[in-house]
Amino acid sequence: MADDKLSKPVAITPSSDACATCPAHHAGNLLKLGIDMDNWDYVVALAGNPNVGKSTVFNSLTGLHQHTGNWPGKTVSRAEGGYSYDSHQYKLVDLPGTYSLLSTSFDEEIARDFILFGQPDVTIVVVDATRLERNLNLALQVLEITDRAVICLNLIDEAERRNILVDERRLARDLGVPVVPTTARRGEGLDGLIRAVSEVATGKTVCRPHRIKVDSPAVEQAIGQLSGMIQDTFPSLPNARWVALRLLDGDQRMIEAVKSGELGYLNPGEMIDRGQDLTLGLEAAR
Amino acid sequence: MSEANTAAAIIKTAETLRWQVGQTFHEELVEDIYADAARIAGRAVTHPGEEPRFDLDRTIDGLVTSRIWGFPLMILLFAVIFWITITGANIPSQFLSVLLLDKVYSVLIILSEAIGFPWWLQGLVIDGMYLTTAWVVSVMLPPMAIFFPLFTLLEDFGYLPRVAFNLDNAFKKSGAHGKQALSMMMGFGCNAAGIISTRVIDSPRERLIAILTNNFALCNGRWPTQILLATIFIGALVPAYVAGIVSAIAVVGVATLGVLLTFITSSVLSRTVLRGEVSTFSLELPPYRPPRVWQTIYTSLIDRTIYVLWRAILFAMPAGAVIWLVANITIGGTSLAEYMIDALNPIGILLGMNGIILLAYIVAIPANEIVIPSILMFTVLVAGVSGAGSGAGVLFEGDSAAATETILRAGGWTLLTAVCVMLFSLIHNPCSTTIYTMYKETGSKRWTALGALFPVGLGLLATFVLAQIWRIVGNLSA
Repeated sequence: MADDKLSKPVAITPSSDACATCPAHHAGNLLKLGIDMDNWDYVVALAGNPNVGKSTVFNSLTGLHQHTGNWPGKTVSRAEGGYSYDSHQYKLVDLPGTYSLLSTSFDEEIARDFILFGQPDVTIVVVDATRLERNLNLALQVLEITDRAVICLNLIDEAERRNILVDERRLARDLGVPVVPTTARRGEGLDGLIRAVSEVATGKTVCRPHRIKVDSPAVEQAIGQLSGMIQDTFPSLPNARWVALRLLDGDQRMIEAVKSGELGYLNPGEMIDRGQDLTLGLEAAR
Repeated sequence: MSEANTAAAIIKTAETLRWQVGQTFHEELVEDIYADAARIAGRAVTHPGEEPRFDLDRTIDGLVTSRIWGFPLMILLFAVIFWITITGANIPSQFLSVLLLDKVYSVLIILSEAIGFPWWLQGLVIDGMYLTTAWVVSVMLPPMAIFFPLFTLLEDFGYLPRVAFNLDNAFKKSGAHGKQALSMMMGFGCNAAGIISTRVIDSPRERLIAILTNNFALCNGRWPTQILLATIFIGALVPAYVAGIVSAIAVVGVATLGVLLTFITSSVLSRTVLRGEVSTFSLELPPYRPPRVWQTIYTSLIDRTIYVLWRAILFAMPAGAVIWLVANITIGGTSLAEYMIDALNPIGILLGMNGIILLAYIVAIPANEIVIPSILMFTVLVAGVSGAGSGAGVLFEGDSAAATETILRAGGWTLLTAVCVMLFSLIHNPCSTTIYTMYKETGSKRWTALGALFPVGLGLLATFVLAQIWRIVGNLSA
């Protein structure tokens, strides 16, 4: 076997074939499935501030033509689609654009609930390279909830035009998750994005996300105590620290989730079904 | 039931703690998030008109992967490592050789005589097997114990991927895979390990190139030979105070020649029998990390030094027995070794070496580490150096570099001999372990045969050409 493989070197590989098999050009394997999704291997959530190009990313990956426009809050209709890459099926859920996951606006709650209770396999946080600081507020909150995330550093062309340089390696290192620069409008960098997503989904890339540094020692201690209790009660919960933060903040939705034991359902076996339910709920809510 | 209870307890604790952390908690949390976001964004973003922010990693990368400074820095860095190895290994090496080859050896002889071993058993076990092993330990352990931790520190720091980055273009031009730089780096430790590490290369064609050329990465077993000969013959050409650094440069020069040969042979292979497209790959340059010095030293001593040493010892023992036997089995008053040396001598002379050296290389096929001890032993046997060694077939250590030099010069060694041996040590067949690994990885006898025989052929050619040119130039200037 091994003999065969090695003694017959690929001596006359045409360059087009070489491109197709090269890991750097796996976008060739991308199959846009539109909404034609019967089953899927991974659920991918698309989060981000309003008007950073989430829908453009969504459309380029799924082949759908969801309405996009350069104004915030356009994502109001059905926001689900699929794509297939590297023999895995991905279900992509476009979440409403939000600036934060902390307050109680309806949009934020939908996004937060999906990332927390829907337990997507990967969450893509689309950020605007020209307004990185503001966009990172949301990204940091997402990273508190899930440790399986990819940052899509979008609008790179815009940033370049304004001479803003973003060191994506530095950013990836500080955030502890993959960062992929893209210009979704022109489809640039999306191959890197789907590759990064598949690597996180399949566990090839293990993220070590940045955790928000709390200034006050008293608060840090309170978080420690509370998250310890939460972790003991819900051992499968991946983000006890974040739940503790929300409880300390008096988040009613979270208090109910603890009371009803809903948090306890958050284990890998449940996640996809619940993801489906929540997407439906999300649909209804809209 | 209990879950409901604990859930209630959690809520209750949260209520209590909420009062403790105070009313401003929400604002503080938001501020903390904003502060973090601002800090992270500040590090990553450069705004128009601003100089790029100082970033240590980026600055180091700019230097070590620079087109101008990348290669000189690489060579300098390795030269420094070898200089530390060469100068640092002398003292422990001498200590070990006095201990193992002098003290312990005498005790063993006394013991065996007390027990009443027959002379041949004492010869085979103590003069053959023990002394070979002791030589390997005393000469290999000190440089390895210095070289491997230093190399591992460099690896932990994150430098090796940068080396791969620097070399990538050259590999690409040779029609080989950029990841071959990584398997070559592994080969500098051990060719067998280097060949196994070619598994990271997906394309069978490029992987085969990497396997066949790995032997040109000077392996651990050959470093001591290079270091010893460079110290004795090259270092002696210059004043004592620069001898160390000049020897180190000579060793780096040989290693660099090996890298050049890797490129040349890869290029030839990819243009002849292994034609094909070069595949691209992405190499992540990891962040630099301050190495954890003590842990690195500990693990590299355990994982690499002791491991490689153990392997050397395993091969040295039977080889020691063989050497003792060929030196002591005589036919018509002449030992087998002498017959073989006489037969090989004419070829050896043509190659700038001699029959002893060639015989030593044959004996040392299982492990390159025992080339020099075999040469010394055969030299004493044939050249009859008086007062050195303990008799026919006793593999011994030159007590110091100076004593080794005396023996080698008595055996007719010149600068040409030393240079040819250094060259042949770089370019000859891989050790038996490496050949076996090659077979296991390719599963092909043909490729394995090519990988084993091609370097010997090239080495014979290279030393032959060098010796002829050297002699012609020598005659002209004389």
